[in-house]
Amino acid sequence: MELWYTENHTENVRFSIKVNKVLYSGQSQFQRVDVFESEEFGRFLTLDGLMMITEKDEFIYHDMIVHVPMAVNPNIKKVLVIGGGDGGTVRELTRYETIESIHMVEIDKLVVDVCREYIPQTASKLDDPRVTVYFEDGLKFIRSKKDEYDLIIVDSTDPFGPGEGLFTREFYGNCYNALKEDGIMVNQHESPYYSYYLNSMKRAHRRIKEFFPITKVYQAHIPTYPSGYWLFGFASKKYDPVMDLKEDEWNKLRLKTKYYNTELHKGSFAIPNYVKELLENE
Amino acid sequence: MKGLSQENAPIYEALKAYKENRTVRFDVPGHKGGRGNKELTEFLGENCLKVDVNSMKPLDNLSHPVSVIKDAEKLAAEAFGAENAFFIVNGTTAAVQAMIMSVCKSEDKIIIPRNVHKSAINAMIICGAIPVYVNPGVDKDLGISLGMSVEDVKDAILKNKDAKAVFVNNPTYYGVCSNLKEIVKIAHENNMLVLVDEAHGTHFYFGEDMPISAMEAGADMAAVSIHKTGGSLTQSSLLLCGKNINADYVRQIINLTQTTSASYLLLVSLDLARKNLSLNGKDIFNKTAEIANYARDEINKIGGYRAFSKELINNDTVYDFDVTKLSVHTRDIGLAGIEVYDILRDEYNIQIEFGDIGNILAIISAGDRMLEIERLISALSEIKRLYSKDKKGMLESEYITPEVVLSPREAFYARKKSIPLSKSLGEISSEIVMAYPPGIPILSPGERITKDVLDYIYYAKEKGSLLTGPEDMTLENINIVEGL
Repeated sequence: MELWYTENHTENVRFSIKVNKVLYSGQSQFQRVDVFESEEFGRFLTLDGLMMITEKDEFIYHDMIVHVPMAVNPNIKKVLVIGGGDGGTVRELTRYETIESIHMVEIDKLVVDVCREYIPQTASKLDDPRVTVYFEDGLKFIRSKKDEYDLIIVDSTDPFGPGEGLFTREFYGNCYNALKEDGIMVNQHESPYYSYYLNSMKRAHRRIKEFFPITKVYQAHIPTYPSGYWLFGFASKKYDPVMDLKEDEWNKLRLKTKYYNTELHKGSFAIPNYVKELLENE
Repeated sequence: MKGLSQENAPIYEALKAYKENRTVRFDVPGHKGGRGNKELTEFLGENCLKVDVNSMKPLDNLSHPVSVIKDAEKLAAEAFGAENAFFIVNGTTAAVQAMIMSVCKSEDKIIIPRNVHKSAINAMIICGAIPVYVNPGVDKDLGISLGMSVEDVKDAILKNKDAKAVFVNNPTYYGVCSNLKEIVKIAHENNMLVLVDEAHGTHFYFGEDMPISAMEAGADMAAVSIHKTGGSLTQSSLLLCGKNINADYVRQIINLTQTTSASYLLLVSLDLARKNLSLNGKDIFNKTAEIANYARDEINKIGGYRAFSKELINNDTVYDFDVTKLSVHTRDIGLAGIEVYDILRDEYNIQIEFGDIGNILAIISAGDRMLEIERLISALSEIKRLYSKDKKGMLESEYITPEVVLSPREAFYARKKSIPLSKSLGEISSEIVMAYPPGIPILSPGERITKDVLDYIYYAKEKGSLLTGPEDMTLENINIVEGL
């Protein structure tokens, strides 16, 4: 018998992983939650059937969503993570001793519970004393915050489903308002390759640009995400992600990373022409 | 109706049987189950086109119901606590007009609040009924018109003993209810019938802790827009009759203007909506009220906005309040409701029901999820942060007491001429002018064009309201009654 997990990357493209066994399958108020175990990618988490993280390649995503802003402003002390229920983003953040508090706002408690039990590789640092986890809608949480955070990381699902509110103008406006005057917002920015998410990606980009004086996108190669090519958004009130990179300062921290380094940091903002055109035409 | 219960849906069951029967079609509609219009079929779905059929023996006939439509109407009457119920496919407009035309002939008086939907004014143009207007109460702070005060109704009744009926808007678009039971009592004591425009009150029949419904209050007829909050398709509606009403005559009146090709899509949607409301209505509207209450609390926390509710109750012009309506007063952040309405749509991709001069209204239903509610609340919070301004110079009052000179019918059919709106001060309007939505006339045929009216029209235009009604769609010109 063969067991395969298959995700439709488009109507005409499929991505499959051979599965050894299903570790967990459940339905929350918001979505279906599954954890599988595979030979090739180790354990992996899917939400509504869509790939979120695998043990084998999660380091790429989490390195890029955390270390890029941290190397631009190593003085970041107060961080808000919206989404990120698998805990990987928080895990990378806790490696900075200078960070004083991390608020994580995840709408779906089941995701956190399941990851704590089945994917400790990412969920292991959720009990760090600097971390507070809130189970509520990110859009609601941030509404009442003002001048509070140095960094907001939007580690969300796709723009269709429970993550929808995190790609909206009202959300980005609230984020801007919740950030301090030198605040940075980083978000997972979808893929520019297939057309399915293209419009929401472009729209999200345009909306971020409306609020933040500095907005750039950067890229990473993530094998298990549609097209394997993924974008992140860097939006800031003050810092340019490349010009203001604190290379020496960051390297002095001697953090061992598997994907990120400060050379790659600079390179990741050099994006292909077709992506440039997509974003410029917005 | 032997053996039928609220679990049944006779029209739905008959349509299913018809479809399974694969009857060969040599009747209209010519698309023949969708085969004749492939693109439409692909867009709407094969099932939909397959049951878009004409009346026939097994499916009954809306203008002369003897089988499944009759059964479905009986079940609806039972569900709504009415003596008789009519399925209406020409919108609640048709239901409102059928009510008025069923009880008023030409020159008959009807006691009616001035802030009625245009369908009621139009009914009077058609049948020649003479309105005796009762000014609704007004909330000066919110700039909205309220319900009718019992004293005002009583006064109108005593001064017009020959009136045939009292017409009540219940609830208003904003959720305001009058003291229906008392109005019914006084009207009946004076041999007048009570007609209720209950377009926004479907849920009163099924929810818990809701304001009293028209039928329960003893009203004689009610027009209920099942499509608004009851889950049927747009344009489908219900006309309810109490025991004092000759239902066979009402059917004749309905048939004067209603289509003879009633859409079975609309009819089956009424049938299934009634079933769903009967079986699950309590839960549905509990959830709706809960969501609306939550949204109201959160919006009030933002500050500047006022999401109003039961605190308006004053035992008179606000006898009760429908908490499922999410009405928000916006003037204190320096924005007209219509401006907030436009910003929500253009900048946040959120479509709400309407915005008027001082308020917006969002319709909350069982179809809503917290996800979208949070978006609405956050968008309002952002709109306040980004767009709010000084409220100086904003128009305050919404309700203008009309000066009625002629009946709507007299004015509409009078010798008239078109003159520039800017030169119309003091003239008598021959046509209706309203902002749509909500569709409540600013000016009705037969009313004097006063400075207040003109100020209001110009202000609404400037703020971006869609003004409808007049022959001249740009409203640069207006038809006035000549020789007065």
